[in-house]
Amino acid sequence: MNLFRKYYYGDYDSMKGNSGEPANTNDKSSGAPEWPLFEIFIRSKQGLDHKHVGSLHAADAQMAVENARDVYTRRQEGVSIWVVESKHIHASNPDEAESFYEPANDKVYRHPTFYDLPDEVDHM
Amino acid sequence: MAVQNFEQIFQQKIDDDIRIEPKDWMPEKYRQTLIRQISQHAHSEIVGMLPEGSWISRAPSLKRKQILVAKVQDEAGHGLYLYSAAETLGISRDEMIEQLHSGKAKYSSIFNYPTITWADMGAIGWLVDGAAIMNQVPLCRASYGPYSRAMIRVCKEESFHQRQGFEALLVLSKGTAEQKAMVQDAIDRWWWPSIMMFGPHDAESSNSESSMKWKIKRFSNDELRQRFVDMIAEQVKLLGMTLPDPDLKWNEDTKHYDFGKINWEEFWNVVSGNGPCNKQRLDTRKKAWEEGVWVREAAAAHAEKRKQRVVVKEGIAA
Repeated sequence: MNLFRKYYYGDYDSMKGNSGEPANTNDKSSGAPEWPLFEIFIRSKQGLDHKHVGSLHAADAQMAVENARDVYTRRQEGVSIWVVESKHIHASNPDEAESFYEPANDKVYRHPTFYDLPDEVDHM
Repeated sequence: MAVQNFEQIFQQKIDDDIRIEPKDWMPEKYRQTLIRQISQHAHSEIVGMLPEGSWISRAPSLKRKQILVAKVQDEAGHGLYLYSAAETLGISRDEMIEQLHSGKAKYSSIFNYPTITWADMGAIGWLVDGAAIMNQVPLCRASYGPYSRAMIRVCKEESFHQRQGFEALLVLSKGTAEQKAMVQDAIDRWWWPSIMMFGPHDAESSNSESSMKWKIKRFSNDELRQRFVDMIAEQVKLLGMTLPDPDLKWNEDTKHYDFGKINWEEFWNVVSGNGPCNKQRLDTRKKAWEEGVWVREAAAAHAEKRKQRVVVKEGIAA
């Protein structure tokens, strides 16, 4: 039974019904497997979060960082790069999104607009 | 839940302009259409580096050389964004490359024309990238999330491509008689292939209907082509040049330019492999891939060595 499935961004193996390691198809000319896929996150300037920008293949993390610099920051789009091998990303399952996020649906009192206050109350 | 219900939910999302993400349920035909379109687009970016790449060493000045290098580097990046987007649909990078090399996957026919003068660099930027942008801007709103995000990135970078092309031609158009003739000649050769880039007429376009329903496409081939003709017909005046179409004429009733018949025989000929450079382009790609084997192997070996070094270091630290 598949209790714990990995759902990651460029997740093609689980679509083919496997789980776990990415499906490395052999390339015909060299017989070498594809380099692993990395997800790239970029901080555009100090003070902001790293944000997912895309993915690329690289032999290892260092190469992924260098290539991410060349591909995603050619016009000064970043001051910091994170790379994560795609297979290490775990994600919620979109098929269960409805029930998974349902608990938040009926809790309007968590929003400031729920509370009716007299106009005289300032700075709140 | 029956497949029918899944399809209904899927179409409802599309109709409500909610993007489809990689793990969402999607009809197989939608997935296949996207894989075909995105991978073709990626291949076009990669093959598109070749006609321009050959002019890098022959650019007329350091400034033009730097610009051209930057542009060709962008095309490589665009190819990568698009390959990555296609990979989220369940096809591997190697499969796509294999499909390009075997001829199973197509790329834009425009790159099967030769670049014989420096003015071709300007004409490609202005006309070919101009036509590409016309096609690509609506794709920024395509229903598939990774595709639309890739296209937003591409479009941001693409506008410099068109501007530098027009500017290069503008400089030439103010030059000597030979330079002016070179500009006109380049326009004459690139005009018709450029307007063919929008694909067959709507009535003959086999994939259009479902692509519109799925909001992969937002405008028809003919709509986009007309916009392009209207735009270029005006811009060419600023160059003091003409477009090679005797039937090109402003139509006061439609508020558009009328234009002549497109030679579809030529179009299909080039698509099916008989363009001036089809073989050369594919051979170059295959050679690059085959001769790059040792680079890929060396990188993998180096990565392995680096990993071992870390293991040893950690072993010592422990």
